Amino acid sequence: MNPTDLSASAAGAPVIPHLAIDPFAISFFDDPYPAHQEMREAAPVVYLDKWNVYGVARYAEAYAVLNDPQTFCSSRGVGLSDFAKEKPWRPPSLILEADPPAHTRTRAVLSKVLSPAVMKRLRDGFMAAAEAKVDELMARGSFDAIPEFAEAYPLSVFPDALGLKPEGREHLIPYASLVFNAFGPPNELRQQAIERSAPHQAYVTAQCQRDNLNPGGFGACIHAFSDSGEITPAEAPLLVRSLLSAGLDTTVYGIGAAVYCLARFPDQWERLRADPSLARNAFEEAVRFESPVQTFFRTTTRDVELGGITIPEGEKVLMFLGAANRDPRRWEQPDTYDITRKVSGHVGFGSGIHMCVGQLVARLEGEAVLTALACKVGSVTMSGAPKRRYNNTLRGLESLPVTFTPA
Amino acid sequence: MTTITFIHPDNRSESVDAGDGASVMLAALTHGVDGIVAECGGNAVCATCHVYVDEAWTGKLPPVSDDEDALLDGTAAERRPNSRLSCQIPVQPVLAGLVIRIPDRQS
Repeated sequence: MNPTDLSASAAGAPVIPHLAIDPFAISFFDDPYPAHQEMREAAPVVYLDKWNVYGVARYAEAYAVLNDPQTFCSSRGVGLSDFAKEKPWRPPSLILEADPPAHTRTRAVLSKVLSPAVMKRLRDGFMAAAEAKVDELMARGSFDAIPEFAEAYPLSVFPDALGLKPEGREHLIPYASLVFNAFGPPNELRQQAIERSAPHQAYVTAQCQRDNLNPGGFGACIHAFSDSGEITPAEAPLLVRSLLSAGLDTTVYGIGAAVYCLARFPDQWERLRADPSLARNAFEEAVRFESPVQTFFRTTTRDVELGGITIPEGEKVLMFLGAANRDPRRWEQPDTYDITRKVSGHVGFGSGIHMCVGQLVARLEGEAVLTALACKVGSVTMSGAPKRRYNNTLRGLESLPVTFTPA
Repeated sequence: MTTITFIHPDNRSESVDAGDGASVMLAALTHGVDGIVAECGGNAVCATCHVYVDEAWTGKLPPVSDDEDALLDGTAAERRPNSRLSCQIPVQPVLAGLVIRIPDRQS
């Protein structure tokens, strides 16, 4: 704490702690939990000197920021880069990086494309694909659960649901990885990702065009809304891009998190086996526990008081979703993975008007894979050391060697 | 405080004193009433806080919005004329004695 802070304290004004934590450093990714705790316990709002941003790590403040989009806007970017001061690395998203009223219109379209009624139609196919994948892996016995399961399953259902051509799908995961690295600061992860981005961007831009999307898929449905006037023909490809950016890699990390949890906590695995109807909640709890999407930024549109601290206009505020999801002020035994927990209210999918529009697809995939596991597999054990994958926004593994034994 | 009675599919009933202003969904979660899952936490995305409102009360509720109407088409249990999403019903004194039936499944 510097002398200025002390004098402010003496005058009775609340003091904002300045912390040296770099939440985008490899050492942070290796073990974020001590730093999460330090930020939560320091104050409702902290200041991170490394990147000159405000941070909120407690549940109440993260929730408050998420649910006040007029004050904490998204149109200046939801990464560190402030679109009011810097040119975005790609044309901004029409939904993620937009504010009402523009956001309201595009959000309504994607909500309809990914609605509960649409999920009902997809359900049987997604469940059957998960059963087939688990059967195939059971036959192999030992394998790497990240590429062979957490990546392979979403790749077997999501690109088809979207209506993508078979060619070029190998660009999907690298493109998403790029998008989520680009929300971070100009560190090596971000710079390298952007330097290598051209082929992935070219693929994605082409696949968003109407002619490249199969009839009946999510992509074609989005374009159909330009016929009825809800969106313009120029907007449709960018909304398809949102599904390509956020619809695949996030579920890879989510499924990876769930398998990692079940392999680490055998008591929870036994509960799931005993009652496979817990599969959906077991996935949801893994999203809380691991928080595959760790952080997002907002930008203040005015001077605002939060947790007794005044944040000036035009400042970046970093929300630590993973820390909020383990805030002991909100959660009992926050560091325990409990598949029967009442997990409603976690912010792993965000909250408010920008809450993940594809959350129903994610849950359907998660429920499908965990149901298939619970019904077919006897034990899930780690057969080697897991290896972390580093990304500025996403938390998950590169490699998770496991062995499945038959039920 | 407004009293709400929740009736489970097995006809077991629970009455809770809910704080005014919060949603019926939140009242159920706060008081540990099972069967209302609310996966999206009240953001009108998921349709897993589906309830059947006792006919005596349907007319006293705020009307169904277009968004809620679309979500109700995707409920796991059968949609009926008195189907609502409990996250879209604010607790208020005029609803004192409200009776809510919980469907047999939410997903």
